[in-house]
Amino acid sequence: MSVEPRKKRLNKKDAYKYMTRLGWNPTYQKEEDVFPFLEMEGLKIHDWEAWEDPFRMTMDSYWKLQAEKDKKLYSIIDAFAQNNAQKNISDARYVNALKLFLTGVTPLEYKVVQGFSHAARAFRGEGASIACQMQAIDELRHFQTQVHTMSHYNKYFDGFHDYSTMHDRIWYLSVPKSFGDDASTAGPFEYLTAISFSFEFVLTSLLFVPFMSGAAYNGDMATVTFGFSAQSDESRHMTLGLSAIKFMLEQDAQNVPIVQKWMDKWLWRGYRMLGLVAMMMDYMLPNSPTSWGEAVELYIEQNCMALYKDLEKYGIKVPEKLINTIVAEKGHLSHQVWNIFYNHTNAAAFHTWMPDENKMNWLSEKYPDTFDKYYRPMFERYIELEKKGERFYSEVLPLVCQTCQIPLGFTDIEGGNPHVYTHKTSEFNGEIFHTCSDGCKEIFDAQPEKYIQAWLPPHQIFQGNCGGATIPEVLKWYKIEHGVDNMDYVGSPDEAMWNKLKNK
Amino acid sequence: MATQSIGEYPIIMKDSLDKFHGNQLVFIYWYGHRVVCSPRAFPLPPDMPFGALVSDIIPLCYKVEPDFKDLDFDKTEVIWEIDGKVVVPDFSKSLKENGVGHKSFITFITPSLTGKVGA
Repeated sequence: MSVEPRKKRLNKKDAYKYMTRLGWNPTYQKEEDVFPFLEMEGLKIHDWEAWEDPFRMTMDSYWKLQAEKDKKLYSIIDAFAQNNAQKNISDARYVNALKLFLTGVTPLEYKVVQGFSHAARAFRGEGASIACQMQAIDELRHFQTQVHTMSHYNKYFDGFHDYSTMHDRIWYLSVPKSFGDDASTAGPFEYLTAISFSFEFVLTSLLFVPFMSGAAYNGDMATVTFGFSAQSDESRHMTLGLSAIKFMLEQDAQNVPIVQKWMDKWLWRGYRMLGLVAMMMDYMLPNSPTSWGEAVELYIEQNCMALYKDLEKYGIKVPEKLINTIVAEKGHLSHQVWNIFYNHTNAAAFHTWMPDENKMNWLSEKYPDTFDKYYRPMFERYIELEKKGERFYSEVLPLVCQTCQIPLGFTDIEGGNPHVYTHKTSEFNGEIFHTCSDGCKEIFDAQPEKYIQAWLPPHQIFQGNCGGATIPEVLKWYKIEHGVDNMDYVGSPDEAMWNKLKNK
Repeated sequence: MATQSIGEYPIIMKDSLDKFHGNQLVFIYWYGHRVVCSPRAFPLPPDMPFGALVSDIIPLCYKVEPDFKDLDFDKTEVIWEIDGKVVVPDFSKSLKENGVGHKSFITFITPSLTGKVGA
């Protein structure tokens, strides 16, 4: 009997090379047939090897690191469940932020798995391809850990039961859904600009910092732990985003205007989608660590501007018009979005409510120029109606923007008309299309063939594609149980459950 | 930046008139009023009299506005706009005869009722 001597293990450099350089040169098929998206977007790539791979680590250490993180996360989720930690959150109103996150953002993470897998297949360069594959795996892990982290709340609170159907059907979830669909049906480089750069690099702090610090401020340690677990991945993703942008810009000067258009488009689409986060920060968190206005100052006026300055050497310009609108809207956005959801809570899979006096005072303090003047009186009127037993729910449907799919509830702040809804129109193929802003109109006008296909919830309901013509029929199709998952927090089963948990 | 694709890009009119079962989409906005959180959308028969907007549709969506109790279409000054053009609608004639088409945007402006809420 003879035993083959064990082969020496590869050193790390070689292991990395063999595990991440899996490309080949096609011989019996034309390159453009194997990689059909390479020319489509008009970018010129001269040297794929110049791609800097921010995931430059061996698979061995990647698996080990992720496994350790998962072990820690799941032991904390277990401890959270065993200790009935849902009782330790600040107030059951907070749970509605989790419902919004689970139905709005978590399925988007899954969409991103598909998007990065597609980009990985479409790229010619092996470094680029492996970076996208690894991010796809990360996003799948985020999707899973988010679902697991929040599943405990499903035992006690309503609205968590069918997030994937909801994501495909409910009116406000078509906002994140259309964002993901728009990105993943673009070419691979635009996709990377949309997700890796605009979302992960420019905007992710606006999503995850408020979400995770909000969780900490409101006693939700399971979600905080999920945040820590995802954070090291997010840092890599941000690095991928910046390196992707630099790669495109450095390859050819002709790429600059193409990339600039994508950066502008996705900054605006991301910002509009984050209107959901604005209302979460200012209204849905019983304890708010930061206001949306303060977050815009830090992440847009400071960080984002500094980033654009760094890219100036490539010829990238600050999208001043868009940034000016974002800054002008900072004192209005969260109040306007909350008002949209308050109007339509009868068709939402979470609860809304009017802020109490303490919260109103906090809002006055954070928004001294806008809250008392434009929003407090309106909210006080709602409270008056509630007291009379006439809580306002809209019986009719909103006009939504053809691009961002949000109801046209944003007003013309820059034009000095903070009480007038901004409304833009375009024409294509003999039909009128309505948008909510210059940013959304420009996106529509640049690619009307794409946005005329938008699945706009009110129009789909009117076409008879959503279970029926009445609100109860549509709710049934949404998989929302009327009087349980929707309507005001006050009087909801969630409130009753919370009072029971707290022995109130 | 036209839409790029690796094949022919189809033109899919998702919301064309033929898909609304004889109705057309009409959008209504009471200028300056924000309690109702956005302009409103309706599928309406093109032959519906314009006056039905005033008697049936506008109350349905705007009764929650504090100004609504003072809105009297016989007495209150109202400036009507259809797709951005100021018009004097004939309430007895149809939407179509008044120039309201598929996806038209109707604004009504009431200079004496500006949407002020509260104090």
